[in-house]
Parts: sequence; C-alpha cells; structure tokens
Amino acid sequence: MLADKDRIFTNLYGFQPWTLDAAKKRGCWDNTKKLLATGQDEIIEIIKASGLRGRGGAGFPTGMKWSFMPKAPTPERPNFLVINADESEPGSCKDREIIRHDPHRLIEGALIAGFAMRARAAYIYIRGEFIYEAKVLQAAVDEAYAAGLVGKNACKSGYDFDVFVHRGAGAYICGEETAMIESLEGKKGQPRLKPPFPAGAGLYGCPTTVNNVESIAVTPTILRRGADWFKSFGREGNAGTKLFQISGHVNTPCTVEESMSIPFKELIEKHAGGIRGGWDNLLAVIPGGSSVPLVPAAQIMDAPMDFDGLKALGSGLGTAAVIVMDKSTDIVRAISRLSYFYKHESCGQCTPCREGTGWMWRVMERLREGKADVSEIDTLFEVTKQVEGHTICALGDAAAWPIQGLIKHFRPEMERRIAEANGGQMLEAAE
Amino acid sequence: MADAVQIPDEAEVRARWGSFAFTPAVMEKAQTIIARYPAGRQASAVMGLLDLAQRQVGEETTTQGWLPVPVIEYVAAQLDMPYMRVYEVATFYTMYNMAPVGKFHVQVCGTTPCMLRGSDDVLAACKSKGLVKGGSTADGLFTLNEVECLGACANAPMVQINDDNFEDLTFDSTVALLDALAAGKPVKIGPQIDRQTSCPDGGATSLKEMATANHDYRGEWK
Repeated sequence: MLADKDRIFTNLYGFQPWTLDAAKKRGCWDNTKKLLATGQDEIIEIIKASGLRGRGGAGFPTGMKWSFMPKAPTPERPNFLVINADESEPGSCKDREIIRHDPHRLIEGALIAGFAMRARAAYIYIRGEFIYEAKVLQAAVDEAYAAGLVGKNACKSGYDFDVFVHRGAGAYICGEETAMIESLEGKKGQPRLKPPFPAGAGLYGCPTTVNNVESIAVTPTILRRGADWFKSFGREGNAGTKLFQISGHVNTPCTVEESMSIPFKELIEKHAGGIRGGWDNLLAVIPGGSSVPLVPAAQIMDAPMDFDGLKALGSGLGTAAVIVMDKSTDIVRAISRLSYFYKHESCGQCTPCREGTGWMWRVMERLREGKADVSEIDTLFEVTKQVEGHTICALGDAAAWPIQGLIKHFRPEMERRIAEANGGQMLEAAE
Repeated sequence: MADAVQIPDEAEVRARWGSFAFTPAVMEKAQTIIARYPAGRQASAVMGLLDLAQRQVGEETTTQGWLPVPVIEYVAAQLDMPYMRVYEVATFYTMYNMAPVGKFHVQVCGTTPCMLRGSDDVLAACKSKGLVKGGSTADGLFTLNEVECLGACANAPMVQINDDNFEDLTFDSTVALLDALAAGKPVKIGPQIDRQTSCPDGGATSLKEMATANHDYRGEWK
C-alpha cells in the first residue's frame, strides 16, 4: 500500500481547512519561486521524465502535451492554459475533492504549468453543479492573489500569470477539450474538428493546452520530489500515484490515492471494505468511468489498475472511476442507464451520435425486458460500430463501448431474457 | 437537449419581466465576471450572467428562478450579443431553467453509480411526498427532476437541492430531508450518514493523522 508520506493529496477528505494558511503548513506554495527558477524547458523535461500521463481519461503524456506549445508567444496571440474541472464522467468524483479540500495544490500547479508552457493565464473550467466547490476555488484564488502568489510578478518570480474560474452550466460534453474552449468563448459546447489542435489554435484562436485538474495538481509535488520519485510508483509507462474513486457494490465506497498498477483486488480490500456479499458475489466492474467497457469478475480480479493493464482487458483506466457491480445487478439496465446518459448528453452536432445514442438506448430498453428478437443484438452491435469513430469527438465512441462490452461478455444473459419474454422456450427446451 | 421544454413568451411573461434589470449588487458581480475575459471577448461571460439573471429572478419570485425571454434579451444586450446566441446557450445547458421551478429544486441523480446504490429508493421517497418527476408540487414548494451524474459517486445515492448536495441517502433519510425542508427546519448538508466526505464509512484507511491535526508529511520525505 502507498505510504502516507508519498500521498500528494494529504487533505483529500477535508478533515483540515482548505485555506492558504493550512495549505502552506501541508507544503503548498513552499518556495514556488525556486521551482519556477528551474526554467520553463527544464520543468517540461522533468514532467516528461516523471512519466505523468493525463489524468482526465485519455492518458496522453502531460509533458509532451506542454511541449507542443509555442516557445515565443506574442502579446497579441498569448498562450492559454485551460484546466478541465468539468468532472462529469459517471463514476468520477476526484477533482471535486481536490478543489474543495486542497485547492491551493491546483492553483500552484496552474502557475507552474502555465509558466512552463509560457501561458499568460489559466482558466479553470469547473462544472456548474459544483456550486460549493466553485465558491471554495474562487476564494482560494482570491487568497492567492492577495498573497502575491499569482497575478503580477507571481511569487516574485517576475512572471505575470492570472488564474480565472469559469463556471459551466451542466453539459457533460464540455469536458471534451474543444467543446470546453467553445463554451469558454460563450457558445454552445459543441466540439470542434481537429486539426487545428488547440496547441495551434484554441481559446480565442490562441495556442491552448487543456489539462485535467489532477494532472495539474500533482505537478508541484513532482517538481519538489523529483521525476524519479513519481516514476517509482506503478509499472513502466504507467507512472505515479492516482486518485481512485470506488463506487457501487462495495462495502465502503470511497475516493483514495493509491499507487498506479495496484491490483484490483488489493485496492478494493484495502480501501473499500471488499465486495458486498463477498468476492464470489462480484459480477463485473467498469474500471474507468462509464465510457469504458465493463470487465467480468474473473478477468478483473488480479488485473493491475493502470492504463496498459486495463487496455489489455479490452477496457481502460479512464479517470480511474471504478464502478463495482455485484450479482444482484440488472446488468442490462445498468448499461442501458448509461445509454440514456449518452443520449441525454449528446450535443446534437453529428448525426451518428445524435440519432444513434437515442436509437441505441431505445433498443437497450427493449432488450432489458427481453422484448426483442435475438437478431437485434447483432443489429445493435453493428450500429454501435457505425457510431464509433464516425463522430467529431469521442462521445460517440463512449456511447458505443459500454454496449459493446455488454454484448461481448453478457450476451447469454440478453438472450435468456428474450427467451423468457417469449414464453420461456429456452427453459422448456432444457427440461 | 431534445427534452427541452417549450419556452413561454406570452404577453404576461413580457408584462412581468419586460423591465428586468440587474440590481446594483448583481451588476457588480456581473462586471467582475466580464473582467475575467480579454477585451472584446465579453461573450465569454454569458454563462455567468445567465446564472446571475436566473438567481435574481429566483429571488424576486422566492423560487430557484428561471429565464424568461425578456431576461435573456436583457443579458444579450449587456454583452452586446445577438439574442439568438444567448438563447442557444440558455437552451443548451441543463442548469438554466426554461420554465418556472419551485422553492426547492430537487435534482435526483439517476445515473448508474447512483442507481446501483439505490437512487430508485430516493425517487420513490420523493414520489411518496407527492413530488412528480418533471413537475412542481401544487404549493410551488418542490420541483423534482432526475438528472445525470452530479460527480459525487463515492457518496451515492445523492440529490442536489438548490445549491447543496445531500449524499449517502436512503428512502427514510430522503423523506426526513424533504420533511425538514418543507417545515423550514435546518438540514445537514453532505453525507446523511455519520461519514466524513468521501472517506470510507467507518474511518480512513489512509492519512489517519490528518483526521486530528494538519499533519505535514514533508519531514518523512527522504
């Protein structure tokens, strides 16, 4: 188990105040000027060497992302850092804990990351429903300004850097980076076609990097403790510590920081009190938030919880939102509810997604009750393949994958329901 | 988005809201928001201003507020934006109410993580108190909606009422919560069981020192 001294988010549960005073006593803003003196390119090199991969779901190497930003921005076309705090992926609830309990780690990270990528300002896009969290974050930003930590001559480094809080208003799609930029510009949050990538033309047409809250908030600690320290956790290519969010049918759901690559069983036993009703009662797990396919109990048990380990199981780490389902779960309903989520959250821009998500949900609802023909399972699978990869952003893929995972692993259950609804022919045949 | 309600723009709405303007206090907040964006990019403030407008409408009607068409027009004028651009934003995002809501806007999360932990019971509790999904009670006190994931999954099931989250709910604690709100009694925000935020129920499995003091772990770094 990860030692407490190696945990980055020491006030994760908010036992202690979030305020600047208290945060400083925990190590935030400790000689940040010296960290900045490391130099812009050197900071990027350290983050690259630490092996930090984006914590928002895609797992793109953070240091490399920063290195795409122009090295000599002009005043007319400044660089921007946008921090994605639009945490809306079903199962995810980690950024909320960082923001309401340790906001100064995020703000200090924003300064360091913004400095490294030569950004003029950071916009923290926080989801609208996080009302209390946004209040705390704004108050923490105000504290940082008052103390001279951000703003003109931030931390007396000679670098001017602003941090702004921007509240969303309830749209999952704004977690997609280009939709977030559109939304920041005061428009509907509909994703843009790429290229141009945000590092070329993002917010207001200026070079922009969008990073997840957790990716940014861990950077000050990485600089203080060194790339090798961060890299010492997790398997090769999956470095670091990670906030896991465990929900569903475990005895004690919780959010906890652990080492990457921790085996699933160990994670659940140590922090979530085991599976409700014991390990034999485990049915399946969605290991990375609703957008990744589920993994059946037998396969997940000893799997390392990291990007590559879960990819090998045909799923993904995503945001490390672990949704656990025991054998009491109506698995078709659980996935159908996700289909409804995607139908609700589709921005309506691309036809395959706009029409497909509604269609898939309606078929899933019929399959839930078995009011369908067995051949419709194949049709549904084909339609998910038509949606996947044929949309501007990944919401179409995210809507398709849970259904594909269900069909792959639970097709017999879907067929059983159809047989049962059709007068239980399958049962009769068995007698 | 397809579920968006028909937007009322009748004579009485215009008569009631045609002269809407920010109060001086709200105007000050609006100016602070506009100042966050570069000159000429004031459209970026549209989400913040719509939120302020909705809250002001709420205060004037002792409800959680909504956005009548004249109010949207007012926000558009403030930001020098075409009405249609602001209307698009108002109808795209779910937190803008396009029709009046009650004094308490009860938003039950029904997405899978909450569903697995019993959001059906939370909805049933709401129904048992006379709340109807998608509508308001006759006394105008409660509006009930099922919403999508609100990002408190480790504390499921949960409900957001107005600006506050109520987590780790059961049928009974939901009923108790609604009763207390209706009676104007104080309520406990956050987990409705004896639990510190998203810490495991029964006590922390990590960072135990933090529960009692603001521990500084740097001394243990090597």
